[in-house]
Amino acid sequence: MIVIPSITLEISVVVIGIFLLMAEAFFPSADKRHIGWTAVLGLGFVFVISFLVADFSGLRENVAFYVMDSLGMFFKRFMLLATALTIILAMDYAPVYAKYVPSTSPGAGVGEFFVLPIFACAGLMWMVSAADFVMIFVALELVTITFYILVASMRRNIGSLEAGVKYLILGALSTGFLVYGITWLFGLTGHTSLAGIQKVVPNVVAPFQPGLFFGLGLVLVALGFKIAAAPFQFWVPDVYQGAPTPVTAYLSVASKAAGFVVLLRVVETFFFAPRLDPVLASKIVTALAILAGLTLIYGNLAALPQNNLKRLLAYSSIAHAGYLLVALASLSSPTAEPAIAFYLGGYLLMTFLAFFVMVQVANVAGRDEIADFAGLGRRAPALAFGMLVAMLSLAGLPFTVGFYGKFLIFVSAWQSSQFVLVGIGAVTVACGFYYYLKVVMAMYWQPAPDEAPPIPVAPFTKFVIFALVAAIFVFGVWPEPILAALR
Amino acid sequence: MSPLLGLILIPIVGAAFAIVGPNPRKTAIFAAALNFLGAIALFGMCKPEEGFQFFSTFPLLPELGISLTLGADGLSVAMLLLSTAVTLAAVCVARSPQANANWFYGSLLFISAGAIGAFASVDVFLFYMFHELALIPTFLLIGIWGSGDRRAAAWKITVYLAFGSFVLLVGLIGLYLSMPEGSRSFNLLDMQKYAQPTAAVYLLLFFGFGILVSLFPFHTWAPQAYASAPAPAAMLHAGVLKKFGLYGILRLVTPIFPVEVTAPFNTLLLVLLAGNILYVGLATISQRKLDLMLGYSSVMHMGYIFLGILAWNQIGLTGAALTMVAHGLSVAALFALSGELRERTGTLEFSELGGLAKAMPSFGLLFGFAAMASVGLPGFANFAGELLIFFGAFKAGAPVGEGFNNFQIATVIAVWGVVISAVYMLRAYRRIFMGPLNDRWKSLAEIATLPRLCVVGLLVLLLIAGFFPQLLINYIAPALRP
Repeated sequence: MIVIPSITLEISVVVIGIFLLMAEAFFPSADKRHIGWTAVLGLGFVFVISFLVADFSGLRENVAFYVMDSLGMFFKRFMLLATALTIILAMDYAPVYAKYVPSTSPGAGVGEFFVLPIFACAGLMWMVSAADFVMIFVALELVTITFYILVASMRRNIGSLEAGVKYLILGALSTGFLVYGITWLFGLTGHTSLAGIQKVVPNVVAPFQPGLFFGLGLVLVALGFKIAAAPFQFWVPDVYQGAPTPVTAYLSVASKAAGFVVLLRVVETFFFAPRLDPVLASKIVTALAILAGLTLIYGNLAALPQNNLKRLLAYSSIAHAGYLLVALASLSSPTAEPAIAFYLGGYLLMTFLAFFVMVQVANVAGRDEIADFAGLGRRAPALAFGMLVAMLSLAGLPFTVGFYGKFLIFVSAWQSSQFVLVGIGAVTVACGFYYYLKVVMAMYWQPAPDEAPPIPVAPFTKFVIFALVAAIFVFGVWPEPILAALR
Repeated sequence: MSPLLGLILIPIVGAAFAIVGPNPRKTAIFAAALNFLGAIALFGMCKPEEGFQFFSTFPLLPELGISLTLGADGLSVAMLLLSTAVTLAAVCVARSPQANANWFYGSLLFISAGAIGAFASVDVFLFYMFHELALIPTFLLIGIWGSGDRRAAAWKITVYLAFGSFVLLVGLIGLYLSMPEGSRSFNLLDMQKYAQPTAAVYLLLFFGFGILVSLFPFHTWAPQAYASAPAPAAMLHAGVLKKFGLYGILRLVTPIFPVEVTAPFNTLLLVLLAGNILYVGLATISQRKLDLMLGYSSVMHMGYIFLGILAWNQIGLTGAALTMVAHGLSVAALFALSGELRERTGTLEFSELGGLAKAMPSFGLLFGFAAMASVGLPGFANFAGELLIFFGAFKAGAPVGEGFNNFQIATVIAVWGVVISAVYMLRAYRRIFMGPLNDRWKSLAEIATLPRLCVVGLLVLLLIAGFFPQLLINYIAPALRP
C-alpha cells in the first residue's frame, strides 16, 4: 500500500482550489457548472486518497500543532463530503444565485460560488486536526473569512448583504474573544500548544486558577459563536435566512462540526489533565451544562412559531448544538466523544437532505416558506418523502440516524449524572416533534394550490437525495460502521 | 431465520406494495390475512412452558449490547395473535378514502408492523424502536382522514406520545446503566437477570409506559384522538398499540424491581388508577357522542389493568394480561361498529340517534354483544380477566388490623367501576338503538357482510377466551411467574 503523509490532504484541497480559481478566471466557459463538477470530482479524489493516509499516531509528540487521530480523520472525510454536497447543491441553486450577481452574460458570475467552499474546506480540515491555539486561530480565520465572502456573495440581494454584515461584525467580535482568551492561557501556562498547556495546567497555583478559568471561558465564548450556542446565537437566524441556501447548509453543518471538534479538543485538554484540581473540573462542566441547557431551551422554543423553513432550520441548528453540548458536558462518560462525532455525522446527512429538497421546492416557489410545501405529498411524492425522512430524523424518530445520536448523547448524560439536562431534553424533544412535523403536516395534510407548477429535479440531485435517505435509514438501524471509523 | 421476522416483514412489505401498487385495499387485506394465519401457526407451535423461543439475532451495536434479537414466549404469542387479528379486522372494515388510498392502507400496515415488531423483540432497544414506528402513521391517519377536530387531536397525540416515549427512553437508559459494567446489554433476559435499578428508574419507566397507556392524569390525549381517528386507526391504536405500554411493564418492571423499591409508591399509583376508573368513568357517563364515549371508556379500562399489575402477584398479573387481550378485541369491535355507524348516519350524537335497532337489527345485536363484552359480562374474556384482577388485588398489600389496606380499598372502588361502565354502555345502547325511530334513519342499510364477519370473528374470539380462559392462561401465566 502506498503511504501518504496526512498533511497532503489539506494541501491537495488547496491546490484544487487555486487551480479552479485560475481556470475560472482564464477560461471563461459559458457553463460554469464544469467548474463545479471538477471541484466535486477533485474532492471525491481526495476523499479516496484519505484511505491511503499513513497513521500518524506518533505525531503528537513531534509536531505539537497538528494532530492526526481517528477523530481528526473522521472529520476530514466529513468536511470533504460536506463540501462536495455543498457544491452539488450550489449547482442546483445557481439560477437563483445568478439573478442577484451582476455579470456581463447570464450565469457568468457564479464561478467563485463553486470554488470558494474548497478553501473553506481546507481550513475546516486543518481546524479538526489543530492542536495548538495558533493553528486553531489561523485555520479558523481561513474558514471564517471565506464564509464572510460566501454569505454576502449575492451582491444584489439585500438579505444576503445584511447577513454578510451581521456575520462579519459578530465574527470579528468572536475572534477578539478568542485571541484575548488565548493570551490569558498563554500568559498563565507559557504554552500555546494544547499538549503543553495540559502538562502545565495542574501546576498553576491557586491564586492564578480563576485566570485560567477566565481564559478558557473566553475561548468558550468565541467557539460558542461558531457553534451557535445560546446566548451567542443571536446572529444565526438572520444570517442563515439571508445567506445563499447552499452556504446556509454548509455553515450549519461544516462550520458547526469543526467548531465542536475544536471545542472538544480544548475542553479535553483541561478536563483530562493529570492531577487536575477537581474544583476547576467541576467548574468547566457546570459552565458547559449551563450553555447546553440555555441552548436547548432557546433553540427549541424559538423554533416553535417559525413559518419560514430556512429560519426554522436555523433555530433547529441551535437546538442541535444544545444536544451536542449536553454530550460535551458529559465528557466523563466514555460514550460522550463517539456520541458527538456520531451525532454530527447524522446531522450532516439529515440537514443536507432537508436543504436539497428545500432548494428544489424554493427554486419553483421563489421563497422558502413552509406554506410552499403544501400538498407536496401529491405534487412530488419522492421529494416529499425525502423531506419527511429528513424531518423525522431531525426530530429523532427511531430507525433514523437522528435517533441513535440522541440516544448515545443521553446515555452519556445519564452516565455522568447530568439529570437536569436529561429532564430539559425530554421537553425539548417533544417540542422538536412539533416544529418538524409542521413541515410534514404542510406536505401531507394540506392540499396543493391549484395550477402549482411541476418541480423539475436534475438526475444527479435525485441520486444524491436517494443516497442520503438510504444512508439515514441504514445508519439508523446499523450504526456500527460509523462508530468503528472512530475507534 | 425466525418465523417472527416473517411476521414483521409481511406488513412492512405489504405497506410498500400498498403504497406503490395498483390495488392497495386488496394488498392490505392479503398481507393482514397472511399475517393472521402466521400468528395462528405460531400459536400452535409455541410451547409456553419453555420460555422464549423462535430466536434469531443480528448484532447492531455490540459495544452497547444492542442487537436485532427476535423471540417470543407464551405472552408475546398471545399479543401477536391479538395484533394480527385486530389488524385483519381493521383493514377489512376500512373504507377506502377518495384520495391517497395507498397511503391510508400503507399507514395502517405500518402501525401493525410496529406493534408486531415490539411484541416479537427480545432486545429492549428494538422493542422501543418498533413502537415508535407507529407514531407517524397515526399522525397522518388522524390528520388527513380523521373527523371532527382532527388536527388538534393529531397534534396532541403525537406530541404527547413523543414526550412519553422519551421519558420511557430515559428510563430504559437508567435501567441499562444500572447493570454492572461488563454485563450491560439491552437483551431482555440479561436485563431481568442483572439490572439493579433505583426508585427513580422505576418511576421513569412506570410513568413513561403510563403516558403511553393513558394513565390518569396523562390520559387527555386518548379520548379525543380515538374519537377523531378513522375507525381502523382507532381499532389498531386502542386495541393493540396501547397494549405496548402494559406489555412493557409486564416485561421490564414487574420481573425486575424488588418489592422494597416499588412498595413506597403503591398508594400514589393506586390513587392514580382509581382516577382512571372513577374520574374517567364518570367523565364517560357524561359524554354525548358515541366516539368520545368509547374513547373515554377505553381509558377507563386501563385502570383495571394497572390494578392487576400493581397487585404484583401471579393472579393479578395473569388477570392483567388476560384483560389486555380481551380489551383489545372488544374495543376493536366497538370502534369498528361506531365507524360503520358514522358512515351511515354522519353523526354520533346520542340526541340525534335512536331506535336504530328497528332499521338494522343485526347491527344492534352485534353492538349489544360488544358492549356487554366491554362491560365484563360473564361469558366474555373481559369477565375472566377482571375477576382475576380483583382477586389478585384484594390479596395484595400488607394486612392492616381490622380494616382494609390500600389495595383492598382500591379493589372496592374498581368493582364500582364495573357498575359505572354498565351505566354508560347501557345508556348508550338505549339512546342509539332503542326508543322511537327517527324518520331520517328509516332507510339505513344493514351492516355489510365483510364488516359483519370481522366483528363476529372478534366476538367469537372473546367468547372462546371467555368460556375457556385456561386456554389463554396456559400461554400467559408461565411468562409472568414472579
